[in-house]
Amino acid sequence: MDMEIDFSGVLTCMHTEISLVAVIVVAFLYDLFAGKRGREIFHPFMCILMLLFIAANIVPFPNEDGELFGGMYLYKPVYGIIKSILAIGTLIVFLQSGSWLRREDTSFKRGEYYVLTLSTLLGMYFMISAGHFLMFFIGMELATVPMACLVALDKYRHNSAEAGAKFILSALFSSGLMLYGISFFYGTAGTLYFSDMAARIDGNALQIMSMVFFFAGLGFKISLVPFHLWTADTYQGAPTNVTSYLSVISKGAAAFTLMVVLVKVFGNMVAQWQLMLYIVIILSITVANLFAIRQKDLKRFLAFSSISQAGYIMLAVISGTPYGMTSLIFYVLIYMVANLAAFGVISTVEQHSGGKVGMDDYNGLYRTNPKLAVTMTLALFSLAGIPPFAGFFSKFFIFASAFEEGFHVLVFIALINTVISLYYYLLVVKAMFITPNDSPIATFRSDCGTRISLVLCLAGVIVLGLVSSVFDGISLFSFGL
Amino acid sequence: MIPMEYYLVVSTIMMFVGVYGFLTRRNLLAMLISVELILNSVDINFVVFNRFLFPGQLEGFFFSLFAIGISAAETAVAIAIIINIYRNIRNIQVKNLDKMKW
Repeated sequence: MDMEIDFSGVLTCMHTEISLVAVIVVAFLYDLFAGKRGREIFHPFMCILMLLFIAANIVPFPNEDGELFGGMYLYKPVYGIIKSILAIGTLIVFLQSGSWLRREDTSFKRGEYYVLTLSTLLGMYFMISAGHFLMFFIGMELATVPMACLVALDKYRHNSAEAGAKFILSALFSSGLMLYGISFFYGTAGTLYFSDMAARIDGNALQIMSMVFFFAGLGFKISLVPFHLWTADTYQGAPTNVTSYLSVISKGAAAFTLMVVLVKVFGNMVAQWQLMLYIVIILSITVANLFAIRQKDLKRFLAFSSISQAGYIMLAVISGTPYGMTSLIFYVLIYMVANLAAFGVISTVEQHSGGKVGMDDYNGLYRTNPKLAVTMTLALFSLAGIPPFAGFFSKFFIFASAFEEGFHVLVFIALINTVISLYYYLLVVKAMFITPNDSPIATFRSDCGTRISLVLCLAGVIVLGLVSSVFDGISLFSFGL
Repeated sequence: MIPMEYYLVVSTIMMFVGVYGFLTRRNLLAMLISVELILNSVDINFVVFNRFLFPGQLEGFFFSLFAIGISAAETAVAIAIIINIYRNIRNIQVKNLDKMKW
């Protein structure tokens, strides 16, 4: 087969990835050559660099589909949207990690932190834009391997190493399962290009088996319930800023990719994967909610909360429509601001109180740090879906997209679970506002980056739901599904 | 020539031996070796399918080459983390990795 590859599109379609690579190279060189004074402004420098990167790529450009390398790399405007959202989330995580990175035992690995984080982001970009299973696999591993290093970054803290081991072994195991599934797809379809595979998949027994393997592999990454066992330990043990990155950015990217692959490649097996998702959604939402109730460590608590949120995201995937795609992107955006606000509070409290992350430690936080307590409360309200915060609207669109496709019972179960989740989110609020405490966490002033990030997140939580043009704007692009 | 089924039997056995080992072994390095068995069975699958079913292509060969490279990178990171655990607690048995529970 003679294939002509047109390289002229590299700059127009791949500009996001290329500029991200440039950012990574600059961060690496800066870390290598900066003097003592340069290192002191490394953190603001990286935040400004990320801001420039986002500003250059926030508008999806060009506004038409494109492909590169014979269809291995696909560009669609809707991919540009989700990539911008992930980049904004990364910037917020960077803003929040300032005081952690200034600590004496981490300050010498600042450079590694930025380079590794941005490498995972690059991997997610390639995974999102993949048009071939090889590209998909490489992108996914590029997102996973540096992530394991990040989880284990607190080298002398045993919990971090333990979390890293649990993460990398589950990740290896899940990518093994996923590859096993892909290998049988190759055997039955004869190609690994998404566009060619779609027509050659007919849902025979071998393909159903490989679909199960493939789904199990991705389920590990998104931490859906039968495959969620690594999540709580990894989230608890990892450095808090890494946890927030892991819970939002990598989950959002994997969920988006899962939807694209299921709809575009496995369109002929829609009955099979909808059944699979149906079971997994009910399990994820319910089991994670029940476990979240009994958690006493806030990072662990948010781990279970993020598992159940992943279940809600899957409600958009199961619908498989452009409307579902729009509500998925919107949900990821809202979940990102709310969850990053919660993690931002946890991280800054942890840094200023000598590592306190227990729910009991937060008793009486409102008396000493009212602003942080209110921020946390609004973030949790948004996660729970209380109107008028953005979380209510994103949940509403997700439910509507699944309801339209006839999953009435499923939406009903999800609604009941929303009520249960309200209970445990309010447990934290109760601890902060009502429970008396003789020795609450002392009053402190967070650093500038954290304050900026929390204001950004709060603005997102309050404004994004009320400004309907956000949802409409995304829906303009999601025809690209 | 040896028929394709023979290769597939080998790779399937490797796959499930790997899964069994991953679930039963209590030593981090042994678990890592089990995972490698899974990844290698995948490589065999890709090469065999390419060679027997689609001899005109190279997709399967390339996929297994990339899979080998990437699994090497993953193993390197995993071993680095395991060494770190060993330095911290002088042990790599899974039963000692229970600082965080439920």
